[in-house]
Amino acid sequence: MKQSLLPIVAHRLAILCYIVFALFPLFWLLKVSVTPNDLLYSEGVRMWPSRTTFDHYAFVLRHSAFPTFFKNSLIVSASTAVVVTACASLSGYALSRFSFRAKYWIVALMLLTQMFPLVMLVAPIFKILSPLGLTNSLTGLVVVYSAFNVPFATFLMQSFFDGIPKDLEEAAMIDGATKFTAFRQIILPLTLPGIAATLGFVFTAAWSELLFALMLINGNDAATFPVGLLTFVSKFSVDFGQMMAAGVLALIPAGLFFLLIQRYLVQGLTAGAVKG
Amino acid sequence: MASIEIEKLEKSYGHVSVLHGIDLDIRDGEFIVLVGPSGCGKSTLLRMIAGLEDVSKGEIRIAGNRVNDLHPKDRDIAMVFQSYALYPHMSVAGNMSYSLRLRKTAKEKIGAAVAGAASKLGLEPLLERRPKALSGGQRQRVAMGRAIVRQPKAFLFDEPLSNLDARLREQMRAEIKKMHADLKATSIYVTHDQIEAMTLADRIVAMHGGVVQQVGSPLELYDRPANLFVAGFIGSPGMNFLDAAYLGGAAILKDGSRIAVNSPAAVQEGSGLTLGIRPEHIVITTDGSGMRAGVELVEPTGFGIILHLSMHGLPVKVFTLDRQALALGGEVTVSFPAEHVHLFDDEGKRIG
Repeated sequence: MKQSLLPIVAHRLAILCYIVFALFPLFWLLKVSVTPNDLLYSEGVRMWPSRTTFDHYAFVLRHSAFPTFFKNSLIVSASTAVVVTACASLSGYALSRFSFRAKYWIVALMLLTQMFPLVMLVAPIFKILSPLGLTNSLTGLVVVYSAFNVPFATFLMQSFFDGIPKDLEEAAMIDGATKFTAFRQIILPLTLPGIAATLGFVFTAAWSELLFALMLINGNDAATFPVGLLTFVSKFSVDFGQMMAAGVLALIPAGLFFLLIQRYLVQGLTAGAVKG
Repeated sequence: MASIEIEKLEKSYGHVSVLHGIDLDIRDGEFIVLVGPSGCGKSTLLRMIAGLEDVSKGEIRIAGNRVNDLHPKDRDIAMVFQSYALYPHMSVAGNMSYSLRLRKTAKEKIGAAVAGAASKLGLEPLLERRPKALSGGQRQRVAMGRAIVRQPKAFLFDEPLSNLDARLREQMRAEIKKMHADLKATSIYVTHDQIEAMTLADRIVAMHGGVVQQVGSPLELYDRPANLFVAGFIGSPGMNFLDAAYLGGAAILKDGSRIAVNSPAAVQEGSGLTLGIRPEHIVITTDGSGMRAGVELVEPTGFGIILHLSMHGLPVKVFTLDRQALALGGEVTVSFPAEHVHLFDDEGKRIG
């Protein structure tokens, strides 16, 4: 049967529109970052400047505190991602496989924590962290970010564990594995896509977090990259070129990270375990 | 190989009782089939033997040792799951050798055991494949292979064929039977398919509502069902049941027809009972004797014909090999040979 062309064309067009819509801000980021300062306001709205330069990048890397921000962000985001994923794997497994008393209330409590606007918590958290010496420190940020991300990550991991048939663990136990061996050798390898997704999710959440970083950190030494971006905004002007260049650079790790884990994100690793 | 004894076994989830005191002795090398409708507790019983469910009350012994509190891994049994439960991230060989690797068996021994099982099941060309690259029948074979590599004390099968199509199911059924003849391993097989039960079992355990209804050889259950449940469950098409009263040495049906029965020992004159007769035992008479019945539906199976008859409003199914009987809308005469008539009392228990 010959398929009519129109729906296919419309479908592709719709996808194209979506992609353009989603990626246009990123394109603009890139465009501004390579536009020389003298052309920024003089050329009007153009899709690409008549002359390009990498001066902004050079300045950001050589003369600003950006490398420090970058390093801080990397440390905070990676630590948060690892801590949260480790906790969420264990708690997600427990929620998925065990039935215990108060399970319902624990889940409800975890949901409840997700309901409050974070602004409400800024002051109390500052009050708590300050006597512990955790303000103005990367550790403090990791602690706060982990606390905020564990509930959601737990639900995420739980849904991945729910997708793995219980039969597999039982088969492993009958084959001679303890419950923990079955978890380690059978369930965990099958949850790699879930772990990758959780790592990615938490990493990006921590990478782009501004509110708490802004409130808990002052000075450049412990500032993360979103806070650092604000240093390009001075009282009288905004240095758009440098800010955008820093933004492009900040995209790189997140992009690399997703490149690394995308294999797991798209792969249906559990296919073939049970019928189907 | 080992014998398995089950004594006064009970299972309850909270206040809901699922198994009510099961007693069963399974001899060494015997093939036992647990059969019954969904929710009768057969799978629960199997999982308790495997150690996947806790025992609420009673005792399970494997080879004479009490295993109630033993972890599944220490019971030395193998199980084939309905879903196959193959490890998706391991090759066929990896799946089959997993139990041996956990036991730290020597590499050469593992290789030999896997090769042996693979050749038995025709899996040699597939050993390096992942489960997702296998067909349903092949996955089923791998699941069986995983069970036989380690020569356990007993094999447990949890509806292993119900995900296969009819043709493949027939073939695998024969293979399981062959495998059992070959290995002589104690096997417990759960199914809701009475054909599987009849063809595979040394003894069938018919279960209903968490209670064992009857234990016996397939032919015992077919010839002398202990109660209405077993009578109705075993055999296809199912047995006909007709309400009757016992009067003067015969069963009187609701429409007044008299059916001669082999006079049962202790039935009170006038008491109500249920008369059962299998469709294949009803005779279509050609000389006009017997009871008249209208033909309401004709289902040819190729091998024979299933006739749905109405005897003065009482529905009766007949299975016949005689193609001449095909007469939709017409009338036939049937008789119930006394030696094939089963009688059940008002509690559903077999009489005589």
